[in-house]
Amino acid sequence: MWKRESHLLDKKEQKNLRTGDLGNSNKGRPAIENPQSRRLFFYPFFLTFIIMCGTWVVLSGKFDPFHLSLGLISCGIVAYLSCDLLFPSPKIRGLLGQWARFARYIPWLMCEIIKANLHVTYLVFHPRMMELIDPKIVKFRSKLESDLALVTFANSITLTPGTITVSVSIDGDFKVHAIDKASGDPLPGAMEANIAKAFGEV
Amino acid sequence: MDIIVCLLLFAGLFFFTGGAVGILRFPDFYSRLHPAGKLDTLGLLLALIGLALFNLHHFSLGTLLTSLKIILIAVFVFLASPTATHAIVDAGVRAGLAPWTKGEKRR
Repeated sequence: MWKRESHLLDKKEQKNLRTGDLGNSNKGRPAIENPQSRRLFFYPFFLTFIIMCGTWVVLSGKFDPFHLSLGLISCGIVAYLSCDLLFPSPKIRGLLGQWARFARYIPWLMCEIIKANLHVTYLVFHPRMMELIDPKIVKFRSKLESDLALVTFANSITLTPGTITVSVSIDGDFKVHAIDKASGDPLPGAMEANIAKAFGEV
Repeated sequence: MDIIVCLLLFAGLFFFTGGAVGILRFPDFYSRLHPAGKLDTLGLLLALIGLALFNLHHFSLGTLLTSLKIILIAVFVFLASPTATHAIVDAGVRAGLAPWTKGEKRR
């Protein structure tokens, strides 16, 4: 699976190279020659650094100068090496708004998960379960465009019980294994619309 | 407070039981993954929230940090569990196992 994905990514990068658009492909670090790209490097670095520091403090729980300075140093190194993993595109404008929209998506997802969990639990404990379930593979094409939105959609489908994502292609072709008609029919539907809203792809 | 914690823990246990029974009762590999991968996720989430609340009984910085760590476990499980389930299904599809359909004998 990983091999295939990296292959797909390569293809995308090639496409970017062909069209001469290097904005999204992060081969190597942005060069630090002109002030524009220095700023583009600085914001993701700083955000990653803050997140790392928060995690360090929560996980270590020690507040003496020795442990805090150790944390600062290691957070700096990790943030320098991996800030382009956490924020692949250096576009920072609208990041806060995007996170806020995503945070609104989470409660809706939790609600769906609980409803769907109750449904599967009902199926599991039903005496004539074998007559109720009707597994089949549902295929559809998603309108979502960015990789992150597709991954979120695939993981959300897998998280809501009754449906498991079997495969996703980079163009948005989904294959989903659904346990019965009631779980498979609503796809893609409301969930896709909500994710499109959360990632600003309406 | 204790009542809420007990309710959360028992709800978690209920979903865990559902997951275990589901693994035994469902007819084939793919449909067994449904309860295995996901009823467990919700059960774990409820149980961990219950434990985090119980841990905050004597409120101090130390217990708050421990509760935050417990919530972090839940976050990582929510990221890892669907990915692992997807990887298992993908392995099954690549090995050429056809899904069970209605009317066949159970495997």
